[in-house]
Amino acid sequence: MRFEPKLGERPAAVLQPILGLGRLCLQSLRDLLPIVLVVAFFQIAVLQQPFPNLAEIVIGLGVVTLGLTLFIRGLEMGVFPLGETMAQAFARQGVLWALLAFAFALGFGTTVAEPALIAVSEEAARVAATAGAVADDDAARASYATGLRLTVALSVGAALVIGVFRILKGWPIQWFIIGGYVVVVALTGFAPEDIVGIAYDSGGVTTSTVTVPLVTALGVGLATVLRGRNPMIDGFGLIAFASLTPIIFVLVYGMVI
Amino acid sequence: MEQGWIAGFVDSLLSTVVDVVPIAAVLFVFQVVVLRGKIPRLRRVVIGFVYVILGLALFLIGLEKALFPLGRLMAQQLTDPAFIGTVGDIVRWQDYGWVYVFAAAIGFATTVAEPSLIAVSLKAREVSGGTISAWGLRLAVAVGVSASIALGAFRIVTGTPLYIYMIVGYLVVIGQTLTAPKTIIPLAYDSGGVTTSTVTVPLVTALGLGLASTIPGRSPLIDGFGLIALASLFPMITVMAYVQIGDWLARHRRGKAGDGPDAENDGKETR
Repeated sequence: MRFEPKLGERPAAVLQPILGLGRLCLQSLRDLLPIVLVVAFFQIAVLQQPFPNLAEIVIGLGVVTLGLTLFIRGLEMGVFPLGETMAQAFARQGVLWALLAFAFALGFGTTVAEPALIAVSEEAARVAATAGAVADDDAARASYATGLRLTVALSVGAALVIGVFRILKGWPIQWFIIGGYVVVVALTGFAPEDIVGIAYDSGGVTTSTVTVPLVTALGVGLATVLRGRNPMIDGFGLIAFASLTPIIFVLVYGMVI
Repeated sequence: MEQGWIAGFVDSLLSTVVDVVPIAAVLFVFQVVVLRGKIPRLRRVVIGFVYVILGLALFLIGLEKALFPLGRLMAQQLTDPAFIGTVGDIVRWQDYGWVYVFAAAIGFATTVAEPSLIAVSLKAREVSGGTISAWGLRLAVAVGVSASIALGAFRIVTGTPLYIYMIVGYLVVIGQTLTAPKTIIPLAYDSGGVTTSTVTVPLVTALGLGLASTIPGRSPLIDGFGLIALASLFPMITVMAYVQIGDWLARHRRGKAGDGPDAENDGKETR
């Protein structure tokens, strides 16, 4: 794990964190390389255009690299340990309702303010208004969008409750997810056509970049401390629940409203 | 341009903070009211969260300033009927070759850089004791997203309904679930949900909307959606396939060599 310099001497203690960060930066750069290559290839070879303000692009890449590096470092220092600590504390305390309430609050709270979700629900309101499902004025659209947003946030809260309960019981995940897909397919047949694409996409927008690591650490942490649970089999899967339930809830919302 | 950078950074910092505040509030309330325990190394945890917020804000503003405008412009130019060479209202799916290549390439590249996927793959490596390599998992997911975006572009061009692709995809997932090793299934399901966030969505949406608004007879509202849905479905297939193929190769090798050393983990730290 440690950075080992090749040339005999170890760097001074002060230098160690800087060198570690530098190495992380290199990894981030490698992660970003494919995007750079794709964009450069299409710009030069296919569209055959020069790069507009190249300097800004290079600076931007530097900023992105630094940002990704800090993010990863922060995950390992803060988000992962905290998720695990809390999972252990809940397991030790052993109060079921407290854990489930936490799961719900985490799912609902992180989703309801999610910018991507706000954008999608406004888009959906516009589609519904065009299709004549709701009146085409600002108030009706706003209430439709808010209703949809709350529906999705509720669905993510519910997803984490079910997902955590599954971890506690050790039930196989495939019955839930495959069962959920069967429900999705069945509902697709009844839901208004305009809502289907939005519903399918809503599953993808609910899980933000901060929620995912935290929820993953929570699930894996729970499955690690509980006796008889395997973190690989039982710990993962919370994100899958959080991506599936919004599809179902939005399809139902489109049918009811 | 200086002003643009600073104002942009403040904007993205604010939106990241808004993103994190509800999470922090929930964590704080439950920690103080329900758990009442002490958090070990609290200072370090707080610094970690500050790093996460700062890092995400920098990440987003850098993308917004440097890569997204170019990517969006590219999506527009590649889907422009003048570039495609469409004559009249006749759309031939064969004419969109570069669009599919771009869709596949950008789907792959953005997924490799997706921060939440990096997070899950780090956890997966840790939990599996290194038998699942973080890099391998990310490549498998990226291949899935790549295929799905290309297929999604094809779907918009041809105007076939989304649900057909989804249902066929679900059937493949069910088939693989029944045959894949049990340990990979939850992780595969999870990787469907994490693929599409910060980096992938803006570029892919631009491509979808560009296609749907330039092709006669497509509606951006109905046909522009759905790329994300496919991108959440395909990685499940490729992640399970990644392990199934790995298993098959290992068994094959074992059959030949007589013993089965686990050569997966060469001790090199990859992410």
